[in-house]
Amino acid sequence: MARTPSAREPLSFAQQLDRLEEIVRRLEGQELDLDEALKLFEEGIERLREARARLTAAEAQVKQVLSDQAGHLKVEDFDG
Amino acid sequence: MGQSLDLFAAVSPEGAWTVTQVTRRARAVVEGGLLPLWVRGEISGFKAWQSGHWYFALRDRSAQIRCVMFQKDNRRLPAPPQDGMQVFLFARPTVWEEKGEFRLTVVDLLSTEAGGLWQLAFEKAKAALAKDGLLDPARKRALPRYPLRIAVVTSPDGAALRDIIAVTARRWPVAELLVLPTRVQGEGAEQEICAALALLCRVEGLDVAIIGRGGGSREDLWTFNHERVARAVAALPVPVISAVGHETDVTLCDLVADVRAPTPSAAAEAATPDRTDVLAELAHLGARLARGLAGRSGRVAERLDRTFDRLTGTVERRLERHRHELSGLAGRLDALSPLKILERGYALARDEQGRVLKRVVQFSSGLRFRLRVTDGEVAARAGES
Repeated sequence: MARTPSAREPLSFAQQLDRLEEIVRRLEGQELDLDEALKLFEEGIERLREARARLTAAEAQVKQVLSDQAGHLKVEDFDG
Repeated sequence: MGQSLDLFAAVSPEGAWTVTQVTRRARAVVEGGLLPLWVRGEISGFKAWQSGHWYFALRDRSAQIRCVMFQKDNRRLPAPPQDGMQVFLFARPTVWEEKGEFRLTVVDLLSTEAGGLWQLAFEKAKAALAKDGLLDPARKRALPRYPLRIAVVTSPDGAALRDIIAVTARRWPVAELLVLPTRVQGEGAEQEICAALALLCRVEGLDVAIIGRGGGSREDLWTFNHERVARAVAALPVPVISAVGHETDVTLCDLVADVRAPTPSAAAEAATPDRTDVLAELAHLGARLARGLAGRSGRVAERLDRTFDRLTGTVERRLERHRHELSGLAGRLDALSPLKILERGYALARDEQGRVLKRVVQFSSGLRFRLRVTDGEVAARAGES
C-alpha cells in the first residue's frame, strides 16, 4: 500500500460518535458514583466538542490521484 | 363456423357471408398457411401506446405490413425501435378481425444496427458475470455512515464531477474527495477506467467510491458495459456507488456496484450524511449527557439541569427556526462542566488517593488533602476541629 498524505484514521468519526453514545448510555443507565459520573461527563463533553469541531471546521477538499511514470501514486490539489 | 361454411354457397346473394365470417375465415387461412417466421424490413410509424403495446409498420420498397408487439413481449427489449431502423422480426402472421387487417404479431425484435449486436454482447457479458456470482445481491456491501475519504472515478471535466463536488461540499464537507480522472467514452476509455480503478485499489484509507458519468447516447455509455470494467468495479476493496447516465440507463457497472444511483448527484447524496442532521444528533447526545449527569449528582446537578433545560430549550427553538447551524453548542455545554462550576467558586476536596472527600468525618485532624479549584490544585491540611 502506498502512503498518501492525509493521515486521518478511517471511521474515527463514527467511533467517536459510538463512544459518545456509550458514555450517554452509561450515564443514563447505571448507578455510578459522582466521581465516575463527572469523569464520564467530562470525556463526553470533550468528545462532543471534538466531533463538532470536525464537522464545522472542515472545508470540502478535492484532490486528484495520478500515477507517475514509475507507477507511484501522486496526490495533488484538483482545480477543476 | 367459418371452416364449416360451404365455399360455393356465396355465389348468389342468398348465400352471402357475414363480415365476421369472412375475416374469421381469412384469419384461419393466413394462420394455417403462414407459420411464425422471421421477417426483415424497416420500422415506420412507430407508436407506443399507454397500454404498453407497440404499433408500427414494417416495410420495404414496395410493400408494408402492420405490426403489433404486445407489452408482455416488448418488455424484454432494452428500448423501443425507432422509425427507419432496419430490423429482424420473429412474428406470427394473422388477420386482426376487428379491423379486417392483415398484420404481424411480433414476438421478438432484433436490430441489424450496432445496437442489436451490442445488446447481444451485453447479454453475454451479463451472463458471464452472473455465472461468477458477481450479480448476487448478497455481495452488496453497506455504505459507511460517516465517510472521510471518497474516491470518484470519472471524467475530470464532466458535469458529473461538478455535481458530485457541489453536493458533497453542501452536505458533508468533512469528507475529502479524491478524483481518479479518466476518459469515460471513446476508443480506449475502457482501459483508462480499468487503470483508474487499479490505482484506486492502492489508495489508503478510502471509505467509499463513486464511479460514473452524466447522460449520453447508448454508444457513449457503452464503456460501462464492458465486462472488464464491470469486473474491475466488482473487485474494488471499498463499497462502490455506480451512477452512469440517467435513471433509465442500466449498465453492467451499475449491476455489480453495491449501490446504484440514478444520477451522479444522487450518488453523492447516497455517499454522504447531511451535516445538519449529524449536528442535530450531537445536540441531542449533548442534552442526554447533561441529563444523565443530572440524574447522578444531587442538588448541584439539579441546578445544572435547570440551566441545561433552558439551554436546550433555546437550542431546540433555534433548530426549528433555522435548521442549518448549531453553533456553539459544545461550547455552551462546556460551561456546565464541573470545571466551570469550580470557576464559580466551588472547590473539590480529594485525598491523596484521589477519593472525593464529601463528609466531615473524612477529614481527620491533620489529614493532608488536595483542593481542586478553578485554575489548579492546592495542598491543604485539616486543622483541629
